[in-house]
Amino acid sequence: MKKSKKIINSMKISFPSLSVNESAARAVVAAFSAQADPTTNELADIKCAVSEAVTNSIVHAYPDTIGEIYISVLILEGRIIKIQIKDKGKGIEDVAKAREPLYTTSPESERSGMGFTVMESFTDKMSVRSKVGKGTTVVLLKALGERKMAE
Amino acid sequence: MEKDLFLSDYNEETNTVSIILCGEIDHHSAVIIRREIDNMLLHTHPKNLIIELYSVDFMDSSGLGLIMGRFSLMQKLGGTTILRNPNERIKKILSLAGMERIIKIERTTEKNEKK
Repeated sequence: MKKSKKIINSMKISFPSLSVNESAARAVVAAFSAQADPTTNELADIKCAVSEAVTNSIVHAYPDTIGEIYISVLILEGRIIKIQIKDKGKGIEDVAKAREPLYTTSPESERSGMGFTVMESFTDKMSVRSKVGKGTTVVLLKALGERKMAE
Repeated sequence: MEKDLFLSDYNEETNTVSIILCGEIDHHSAVIIRREIDNMLLHTHPKNLIIELYSVDFMDSSGLGLIMGRFSLMQKLGGTTILRNPNERIKKILSLAGMERIIKIERTTEKNEKK
């Protein structure tokens, strides 16, 4: 990545890890990101990626408790959306393994194991920082613009 | 906000359960939908399960888990699963997991859909 870009606008939200908040979280991030004039598809990508990250925090970071989830959204110069989804939950032991398609720690509850794969495919860059016992932070970058559409 | 998550129908003659999924399929709604569909499948033991996706506005990988799970339950019951009318967004997610190679996908509506 190049030098840090100028911040045009920013937003922070936090909410408890109740599954009912999944739809609100992705809708709020999408509504804010809409300022940068994304295409319908780009907006749908953002919604889906955020939904995956928030679901991970709810299901895996706070499996038996309710904890806080923090989201910050930055609209950067050059129509780049930077989204950070952070929890202070269990953390991920092996991030590389967790990122593998179809890998899941909870097949019995029907997790598809595709969360990170979806985030990675629907954004331009994803980074995952995690510490066991401390929590996980996912950063997603979505560059809007005259990209060639996937389909 | 509480809308119907799905509609369901059991046709005794063809031994088919049809599920029309509606609105947003995420982890929150998938848990509820799964419980109710499984109840129905275990009661009726259908030969066919049809999952209609035309009215789905949003789906993430929890929806994949939901579909994969119903597919494997139907396999255990000795039946088949068919997905109907996924939009482009849903197809994109299905193909990330290679689902189109496992589950039959049908299109029964006209091409000029809005979503």
